[in-house]
Amino acid sequence: MAADGGMGHATKRREDVRFLTGRGKYTDDYTPAKTSYCAFARSTVANGKINSIDTTAAAEMPGVVAVFKGEDFAEVGGNPAGWAIVSRDGTPMQEPKRPVLAHGKVRHVGDAYAAVIAETLEQAMDAVEAIDADIDELDAVIDMAGALANDNTLVHDEIGTNMCFDWGWIEDNRAATEEAIKNAPHVTTLKLVNNRLVPNALEPRCSIGEYDPGTGDYRLTTTSQNPHLTRLLISAFVLGIAENKLTVHSPDMGGGFGSKIYHYGEEALVLAAAKKLNRPVKWTSTRTEAFLSDAHGRDHVTKIELACEKDGTFIAFRTETMANVGAYLSNFSTVTPTFLHGTLMAGNYTVPNVYVNVKTVFTNTAPVDAYRGAGRPEATFSLERVIDKAARELGINPVEIRRKNFVKPDQFPYASAAGLEYDSGNYDALMDGLEMRADLAGFEARCTTSAKNGKLRGLGINSYIEACGIAPSNLVGVLGSRIGLYDAATVRVNATGNISVMVGAHSHGQGHETAFPQVVADMLGIDPMSVEIVHGDTSKIPFGMGTYGSRSLAVCGSAVFRATEKIIKKATLIAAHMVEAKPEDVNFTDGEFAVKGTNKKVSFGDVALKAYIPHDFPIEAIEPGLEETAFYDPANFTYPAGAYACEVEVDPDTGKVEICSMVAMDDFGNVVNPLIVTGQVQGGLAQGIGQALLEHGVYDENGQLLSGSLMDYAMPRADDLPNLVVDHSNATACTHNPIGVKGCGEAGAIGSPPTVVNAVIDALQRGGHDVEHIDMPVSPGRVWAAMNG
Amino acid sequence: MNLADNRNIAASRTAVWAAILDPEVLRTCIPGCKEVTGTVDDGFEAVVVQKVGPVKATFKGQVEVSDIIQGESLTLTGQGKGGPAGFAKAAAKLRFLDTDDGGTVLYYDMDAKVGGKLAQLGSRIIDGFTKKLADQFFERFQERLEDQTDADDTEENDEKPKKGWIGRLLG
Repeated sequence: MAADGGMGHATKRREDVRFLTGRGKYTDDYTPAKTSYCAFARSTVANGKINSIDTTAAAEMPGVVAVFKGEDFAEVGGNPAGWAIVSRDGTPMQEPKRPVLAHGKVRHVGDAYAAVIAETLEQAMDAVEAIDADIDELDAVIDMAGALANDNTLVHDEIGTNMCFDWGWIEDNRAATEEAIKNAPHVTTLKLVNNRLVPNALEPRCSIGEYDPGTGDYRLTTTSQNPHLTRLLISAFVLGIAENKLTVHSPDMGGGFGSKIYHYGEEALVLAAAKKLNRPVKWTSTRTEAFLSDAHGRDHVTKIELACEKDGTFIAFRTETMANVGAYLSNFSTVTPTFLHGTLMAGNYTVPNVYVNVKTVFTNTAPVDAYRGAGRPEATFSLERVIDKAARELGINPVEIRRKNFVKPDQFPYASAAGLEYDSGNYDALMDGLEMRADLAGFEARCTTSAKNGKLRGLGINSYIEACGIAPSNLVGVLGSRIGLYDAATVRVNATGNISVMVGAHSHGQGHETAFPQVVADMLGIDPMSVEIVHGDTSKIPFGMGTYGSRSLAVCGSAVFRATEKIIKKATLIAAHMVEAKPEDVNFTDGEFAVKGTNKKVSFGDVALKAYIPHDFPIEAIEPGLEETAFYDPANFTYPAGAYACEVEVDPDTGKVEICSMVAMDDFGNVVNPLIVTGQVQGGLAQGIGQALLEHGVYDENGQLLSGSLMDYAMPRADDLPNLVVDHSNATACTHNPIGVKGCGEAGAIGSPPTVVNAVIDALQRGGHDVEHIDMPVSPGRVWAAMNG
Repeated sequence: MNLADNRNIAASRTAVWAAILDPEVLRTCIPGCKEVTGTVDDGFEAVVVQKVGPVKATFKGQVEVSDIIQGESLTLTGQGKGGPAGFAKAAAKLRFLDTDDGGTVLYYDMDAKVGGKLAQLGSRIIDGFTKKLADQFFERFQERLEDQTDADDTEENDEKPKKGWIGRLLG
């Protein structure tokens, strides 16, 4: 029975009170006594040989405490990739070492080669300028095709190639897919670019290292989406600090979007420096450093073919993709363009043949890794753009061609041609809902009105599927993952009846502090406000894998669910003892334990108190206390899906695109807090629209980041966005997790880019311009150029 | 970026050639230049203060002179480091030809690139900025040489009575 504010209740986020009143405590808000400040010297060239780094003058600058160079860390480990990919020919991927500080060579603009620690930040920054670095600029490889063709200019000399791996999915489908395409009545081909994005979380990265010489304990306070993973990487691979002597704490955080999943060299540096200097060391990224050194997103170049019958029945999808990994392998840079991308290449469709080829390429640019959506936006964009083009070529309505190929509700569970098993869904119902909410029937009339106003109106349709909460561990292990993908929760019922829930997931905008208690409160029949979520501190929480890939509620929430089930079981035992009944005769409903067929009952709060004051417990039969931990390893991904519609107006004189409407019809399974889900989708839509219209990380041919500030890198603003209509009422519950939930965090960013581009192309086509494709961002300049030949 | 253009200067080829390699001439003609030292043989060292968009920096750089064909052509290769602002590199090929009226036409063909904060923050404006800088340089260079030539030709130039500002306005 749902208590007030339980499952399904649109409770306002409790954490927003502290965020909106300036009481959040972010990493940079923490300044322990005797803190020293760190600033980094970063490469201004994309590829360079370090001849010498003279730090003599810097070391003598006022306030300077220490200067570190790459050679100081030459003996420690490297920051590893979290997923090993095997190439088509069976060879393992290339894995060059990623050092704490660049040593011997710098490999991208922004690559840190020295660090200064000083009494004040200003002194540290001044001293960085006094470092005399003799670095010979070398030719650089920037564009991927050039990098693959060039054996003379290498990002990593020791591996002898710029290709990390050449992956085929599913390799056994290669020949059949080729045959199907060869014999198909119609083949549509499209070449497209998935534009490089710079994450730009509102709060830049920040790390504070501390060391206690009395106990030998280290403490890292840092902006991390997964503190336990960061601790594991530092302990097992980079610095070798014993895991039980290192606490990693990630407090309130102003957004991550993937960029703070990874362990970065700056974290290792402040920790090592804190030990050496015996005082806290703090580094806060500037916005410029964030542009240059945060892991970027996307950056794929793809050729996709869709083979189909003349009536639009899909026969095969085949893609060839180059995916940029930048200068070093960031922790999840190898899984993002492969298993998070290739496995989604069947979309929502019953297509029988899929083959995906991905070559990942080292270039002299910042590392590229998962960014909100991570591989699925790239897959969806390729699929939904080529489907739109095919529909146009065949003269089939874009809604109809999708419906014709949808997996039907009675086909679930459905094994897709790209290797996944979709557990539940109803794509036709989503499209039905979309047709209503977006009033597709009224489009032609709106088109006429736009034309009267001198504007070209277009309609974009898209249907997407994505995979969230990557799992299970025994499968991902076979596929090359070097970590497990479970999560964990400890539910501690305190003696006075309120509850602390320690979770492995990290909340930095997802609203866990509100949504997770709704699950617990619903199960226990208590007030959600008596449940508190504890997260982010490895000394307090069980080992969980953190927050990314829209996994928190489906995976960690399920762990919370399982731990709460254990609590109910134990509490039932205690209640039975209290009312002198057999446990099997005790029912738990609405927060009360009642003996069947009697009026004997005891409240949850009384049981909690008894658990901690067990004066009359039978010592052999009942353990004191009421605290349970569960580790939850999902049986499968969850498969959110959706149908989106976007209407745009294009100004034929300027090429400016205005988004008139955006409707997102999503299936997230059961919804714990609809208000939070709507907010998540709206945020995702804003980021997707940003990618479609505005954002672009651009390097020039020398490897200089041209869009390296918020003056040149266009983030979406309120006036770039229409009213966002979000609807998640057409739901099919996930069949394999106990709450029946799917992931919602990335959907908006996955579904919206192709919807917008489809709409722009539709507008141009209706306006008489034979334009087949425009790469994102669909800026006024690009649209105008496409219209004017 | 590439920048190629030419200038007609009412001075002899010898005078133009000598001026372009004179540290003092360079110092007064390079916009924002604070200091130039050195020689053709050893190369020059220069300190230039410039503001590109939001980035203001002091550039310390070296300029090398090569490919010298006396009086006809040469190549200037320079790079300046602006600390946290980044760096600028440029190579300019200069050719000197006589004009019919005894002057000189100076052809220049320059490749320049910038890096670091200059590129990140100033890329939108760097092409226009470089062109403006080149124009300013040659404007001053031309003025200086032509004034010099005028001064050589008509000694009384210096003795012209100084006009008040209204007088200057009226010519």
